[in-house]
Amino acid sequence: MSAVQGAGAGPVIELQDIRKRYGKGDRAVEALRGLDLAVPQGCLYGLLGPNGAGKTTTLRILATLLAPCSGVVRVAGLDALADPRGVRERLGYVAQEVALDKILSGRELLALQGDLYHLPRQQRDGRIAELISLLGMEGWIDRRCGTYSGGMRRRLDLASGLLHRPQVLVLDEPTVGLDIESRAAIWQVLRQLRDQGTTVLLSSHYLEEVDALADHLAIIEDGRVIAAGRPQELKAALGGDRVTLRVREFSDEPEALRVQQLVQACPGVRQVVVNRAQGYSLNLVVEHDGVVEQLRRQLSEASLPVFALAQSRPSLDDVYLQATGRTLMDAELAVAGSRDAKAERKQAMR
Amino acid sequence: MTSAVPSLLSPDGSQSPPRSAAADLAQETLALCRRLFLQLLRRPSTLVAGVLQPLIWLVLFGALFANAPAGLLPDGLSYGRFLGAGVIVFTAFSAALNAGLPVMFDREFGFLNRLLVAPLRSRSSIVLASVLYITALSLVQSLAIMATAAALGYGWPGGGGLLLVLVTLLLLVFAVTGLSLGLAFALPGHIELIAVIFVANLPLLFASTALAPLTFMPPWLGWLAALNPLTFAIEPIRAAYAGQFSLSAVVLQAPYGDVTASGCLGVLAVLAVGLFLLIRPLLDRKLS
Repeated sequence: MSAVQGAGAGPVIELQDIRKRYGKGDRAVEALRGLDLAVPQGCLYGLLGPNGAGKTTTLRILATLLAPCSGVVRVAGLDALADPRGVRERLGYVAQEVALDKILSGRELLALQGDLYHLPRQQRDGRIAELISLLGMEGWIDRRCGTYSGGMRRRLDLASGLLHRPQVLVLDEPTVGLDIESRAAIWQVLRQLRDQGTTVLLSSHYLEEVDALADHLAIIEDGRVIAAGRPQELKAALGGDRVTLRVREFSDEPEALRVQQLVQACPGVRQVVVNRAQGYSLNLVVEHDGVVEQLRRQLSEASLPVFALAQSRPSLDDVYLQATGRTLMDAELAVAGSRDAKAERKQAMR
Repeated sequence: MTSAVPSLLSPDGSQSPPRSAAADLAQETLALCRRLFLQLLRRPSTLVAGVLQPLIWLVLFGALFANAPAGLLPDGLSYGRFLGAGVIVFTAFSAALNAGLPVMFDREFGFLNRLLVAPLRSRSSIVLASVLYITALSLVQSLAIMATAAALGYGWPGGGGLLLVLVTLLLLVFAVTGLSLGLAFALPGHIELIAVIFVANLPLLFASTALAPLTFMPPWLGWLAALNPLTFAIEPIRAAYAGQFSLSAVVLQAPYGDVTASGCLGVLAVLAVGLFLLIRPLLDRKLS
């Protein structure tokens, strides 16, 4: 470990006041507006945020595919803007949209990748063999990439990101759309990597994924980091218990607002948010256990039905809600229709 | 999933032994080249079509003008023998004009980003691999056409003549490959690139001395043909086939004056170098 550059000395990834704008004039889109991020050595770090928050742009800047308009980018002690090749040697990047050569077999693609990282032939072939067994690719690695399923492609891409044994592995939504088995296999490898000293940075819009995997996380919204820390600390810092209230399985907005007014008046209730994504359920933050009984009484006095009334400790979803004022699901729904896939492909094209 | 894990998944802290830049460049360029050739071997339709099309030109056009009036062609040449040089050049030209297509598809599908994430010693290896691949491909296709033409009785250039043919084709292929690679980075997508290739291909053939001599053309077309780079490739090859092989021999009597074989080669060389200098800033910007 001591040979690894930058070990123990400060964060292995450092982004300071990163700004990135796509396009010009009126049609310019500001993807990052002063993003700061510090990823400690040897941890599994999760970037959490809805689609369009700036996660992919951040990772593409780290992978030296994009230059920010302004800001400082340091990876493994190197300035990524001054020494991009040094960063590329130390960083593995697993993109979200996996571009494979349909005509090559997975093994041939890995060999090409190994040559681009200048691995000596023997070492290259040895590592490819190890990765094939590690990621369970024996059965299909010599078939052409054009025949692979999503899970196979993602495993192959993970292998190609690991071929040069990077200090830092960056993954963009590594398990989106995957079957449970592939997802578990990838999670296991990511944990092993972290345990062996590799710093892993992954983006996700799955709360459970970040909750299950990450030692540290940052919530990105609108091109900025709005909260960062260890998941337990962030949850503990919220305080109070969480209560989800549904008067009906599927309520509507007027009813939800009516109930909101009612429970807001209840002593011990700190905050009430209408969760549109969950059939207009209400998310409450309450002081202590007695409040739930109090709520039940008040609701029955107002002769309102109760479909569900559940209490829990704060979750990562609550951390997100507290930081952004809406649930991650709501944020997802808000941007779902407003993205321009064609423009985004153009941004990624050289 | 057991014993191999520790070494494999830990970061490589060892300083790899210093390697020369040349060794790195060779490794990455060869690897990129190998990929292009594997694609060609597994999808040989490009290779086959590239030979078949000029072959059809040779047979059909040769037959169409077989009874051309005597005196149309200089020195009582048969039309088939006259056409041979044009079709050889057209073969190499078409192959080189398509050089940008694989690069364009790599841009569009994001495979290029995979290459750009890697610590390439120089990103010129991406361009170099394309040039090597297209050069080899177009020479193989041209040689196939030359062999077929020889079998049809249209002749074969002697030792020195063959060298002249190959040098001429190389210069032309370099120039056109540079143009095509430049277009592949300048245009927004493969639809536009194919459109440009489609529009450029046939007019350049017709406005050259591939199908008819300058003396046969109206003056304006003669001027066009005498300025067309394809003509500068066709005429030395035609001279080589005629057996009158000398670099200082006049091979093109253009409206603006006589051009020797070495003059033609000079024009092609300047064109090739000029085009690569022209596209360099574009490549630097797109690959930086």
